[in-house]
Amino acid sequence: MSGTENQMTGAEIVLQALKDNGVEHIFGYPGGAVLPIYDEIFQQEDIQHILVRHEQGAGHMAEGYARSTGKVGVMLVTSGPGATNAVTPLQDALMDSIPIVCISGQVPTALIGSDAFQECDTVGITRPCTKHNWLVKDVNDLARIIHEAFRIAQSGRPGPVVVDIPKDIQFATGTYTPPSAVPTQKSYQPKTQGDLKKIEEAVALMKAARQPVIYSGGGVINSGPEAAHFLRELVELTGFPITSTLMGLGAYPASGKNWLGMLGMHGTYEANMAMHDCDVMICIGARFDDRITGRLNAFSPNSKKIHIDIDPSSINKNVRVDIPIVGDVANVLEDMVRLWRAAAKTVDAARLDDWWSSIAKWRARNSLAYTPSDDVIMPQYAIQRLYELTKDRDTYITTEVGQHQMWAAQFFGFEQPNRWMTSGGLGTMGYGFPAALGVQVAHPESLVIDIAGDASIQMCIQEMSCAVQYGLPVKIFILNNQYMGMVRQWQQLLHGNRLSHSYTEAMPDFVKLAEAYGGIGIRCEKPGELDEAIRRMIDTPAPVIFDCRVANLANCFPMIPSGKAHNEMLLPDEATDEAVANAIDAKGRQLV
Amino acid sequence: MSAHLQPTGSAYFIAKETELAETHTLSVLVDNEPGVLARVIGLFSGRGYNIESLTVSETEHEAHLSRITIVTRGTPHVLEQIKNQLERLVPVHRVVDLTVRAAGLGHDRPVERELALVKVHGSGEHRVEALRLADAFRASVIDANIDHFVFEITGKPSKIEQFIAIMKPLGLIEVCRTGIAAMNRGPQGM
Repeated sequence: MSGTENQMTGAEIVLQALKDNGVEHIFGYPGGAVLPIYDEIFQQEDIQHILVRHEQGAGHMAEGYARSTGKVGVMLVTSGPGATNAVTPLQDALMDSIPIVCISGQVPTALIGSDAFQECDTVGITRPCTKHNWLVKDVNDLARIIHEAFRIAQSGRPGPVVVDIPKDIQFATGTYTPPSAVPTQKSYQPKTQGDLKKIEEAVALMKAARQPVIYSGGGVINSGPEAAHFLRELVELTGFPITSTLMGLGAYPASGKNWLGMLGMHGTYEANMAMHDCDVMICIGARFDDRITGRLNAFSPNSKKIHIDIDPSSINKNVRVDIPIVGDVANVLEDMVRLWRAAAKTVDAARLDDWWSSIAKWRARNSLAYTPSDDVIMPQYAIQRLYELTKDRDTYITTEVGQHQMWAAQFFGFEQPNRWMTSGGLGTMGYGFPAALGVQVAHPESLVIDIAGDASIQMCIQEMSCAVQYGLPVKIFILNNQYMGMVRQWQQLLHGNRLSHSYTEAMPDFVKLAEAYGGIGIRCEKPGELDEAIRRMIDTPAPVIFDCRVANLANCFPMIPSGKAHNEMLLPDEATDEAVANAIDAKGRQLV
Repeated sequence: MSAHLQPTGSAYFIAKETELAETHTLSVLVDNEPGVLARVIGLFSGRGYNIESLTVSETEHEAHLSRITIVTRGTPHVLEQIKNQLERLVPVHRVVDLTVRAAGLGHDRPVERELALVKVHGSGEHRVEALRLADAFRASVIDANIDHFVFEITGKPSKIEQFIAIMKPLGLIEVCRTGIAAMNRGPQGM
C-alpha cells in the first residue's frame, strides 16, 4: 500500500468511516459548518441521508432507528444552533441507553473561542449529556475518533456520543485508517461477562425462594435478542412471575402465562404487590428508577435482591442489593440458565403454589379496569382496539409522553423486543413521531404507529414534512382530550384541582393539518365508528394523522401516589374525587 | 375536590438522609486528554457531590497519564456512587478510595501532604516572631525584603491550617495552597 493511497479530505474520511461502520442511513440538517460533509453525501449513493425539519427530530429519528434495529443511529448537525437543538435527544438517549453517534460541524479551528457566527462550545454543552465526546483538532485523528465513537456508543451500557468536526478539518487532507487498524482507548473496556461465583449464589437464592419475582428492564432489550431469548427460557424453567419496566416491555411476551404486566407508578396491582411482598427479587437490566420504587424506605422490605447490570454505577445507586452481578444481560442469563438447569432436579416446583395463588387474587382485582362508554371513546378502549386491529401485523409502536404513553404501556400487548419505542428516562414530549419515522426508515414495509397526545404531538409536528418527502407512511394516533392530561392529573392530585395552563384552548384541526402537509387526516369521535376508522388508517399507504377524540377528563390508574409504597396503590374503582383528594397525606405533601 | 383541601406536594419521593457524611481522599488515574478535568469536575457539580480539594498533574509522561487527587465529603453510599460514576468516564483508568484502602491496611488515613506559600508583612517584634515560628514549622523563606517574607511550607493540611492561623496576627497578607497530594503507605501502588 503506498503512502498516498489512504489520503482523503476530512469530509471524505467521515463518509468512509460511516460506511466502514455499517451505516446505511443518517438523519440530518445542513448548515455552514457541515457543508463539506454534505458535498460528499451528494457525491455518493451508499448512505441515504434523511433531511429532517429540526435537529431534535434528527436525534429522535436516530433513536427510533437504533432502538428498533439494535444498530447505532447516526445524526448529522451543523454548528451552533444545530448542535444545541441536538441536546434534547442526546440526553434522552443517554437516559434510555440508546446508541447514537452525532456528528456536528464546528467553526474553523482558528475561529474557535472568538464568538464566531454559529459558534458554540459543543463539546462543553454536550459533555454531561453524552457518554463521551470529541473535538477533532487534527484530520489524521478523525478516522480513529469516528471508529472509537461507534465502539463506545454501542458497547457496555450503550449511549450517545458526539464528534465535533471544525470546518477546516473537513477540508484538510489526511490519512484514513480502517476500523480494524485503530488502537482503542485502554481506559474504556467494559466488563461483559458476569462473575460466575455471584451467579451461583444467585441461583442458590432463587432455588430456595418461595415468593420470587423477576423485574426486567430496558437492559434486556439493549443486550439484544439473545438476552430476551434467555430471559424467556429462565422464566419458563423457574416458573417465576415476571414484571417489567416501561423500557423493558416486549422482552417477555405480554401473552406469556407468567406475565404480571408493567410495574411502577402506573403499573398493575399484581406487579406492584408482587414486588412489595416478594422474598427474592431478580432485577435484570433495570435501575430502580424513582417511578418504579415508590417510597424507597418501604420498597420491597422483605426481599433479598439480585441485580444484573452492565453498569457498575447502577448497582446500589437507589436500592441496596444483596447479590450484584456486573455483566451483559445476555451473557449472565446464559450462565444463569445453564446453572439452573444443572440444579433443576433439586428444586421443588410446588413451593411456589401459595405465591401464585396470592398473585391470582391480586390479578382478580382487575386493576386496569375502566368504565366503558357508548357515547364517548374512552382512551383505554382506543388503545385496546388499536391493539386488537394491529396485533397480527408487523407492528412497531412509539409514543410521546403523558397519559397516552401509560395507557399504551398498559393496554398494548408487546410480544417481541424492539417493537416499543418510548422516552422513559427523560420523558421527552415530541419524541414519538420522529422516533416512528426513524423506525419506518429501518423497516419500510412495517406498520409504524406513534401513539400520541394532542399536546406532545405539537412539539415535533414539523416532521410531517419529512414523512411526506420520503413517503414514510407513519400513523400518528392522537388520543385527543384537549388537555395535557398527565399535568392535569397531577394538578388534581397535588395542586387542589387548579388546572393552571394544562388546557389547550386553541387546538389545530388535525385533519386539515395532515392535509396541509400532504398527508391524510382521519377524525373519529364515536366508539361505534372507531374500528372502521382504525382500519382505514392502517390501509392508508401514506402518513396519517388520526384525531381520536377521547373522554376529556379520564385519568390514568392505577397509580402509586406521592410518598406511598407499592402496596398503597390508588386503584381505578377507588379513585373517587374524594379518594384522589386525600390520596396524598400530610407527610407526602411535605416532600419538597 | 375543593382547592383549600389541597396543599402542594411533589411528584418525587424523597427520603431523609440517615447516614453520616465522611471525608475521603480519592486517587483517579486518567488519560491526559483535552477536557478530562472538565469531565471530572462536571460530574461532581452535575450530581451534587462536594469537592473539598483537587490537585491534578501529569504523572506518567510517556503514557500521558495524569493523577487527580480529590478530597470529597459524603455518606458512604454517596462515596461509593462517586467512585462508580468516575469509573464510568471513558478516559478514567482507575479510581481508588485511598481512605478506604488505608483502613484496609490498618492505617488511620493515607499519607496526605500539601504545599502552601504564605506572605507575611511586618516589622519589629512581629517580624522576628514570624521568622521564629516559621523555623519551628520548618517553613522556608523563599522571598524577603525588610518588611515582608514569603514562606514555603509543606505538610499535612492540619499543620498548614495551624501555621496560617498563627501568621494571621503577625501580618498575614495572602496564602496560596496546592491542595492535597496523597498516596497510601506500604510497598503497593494504587
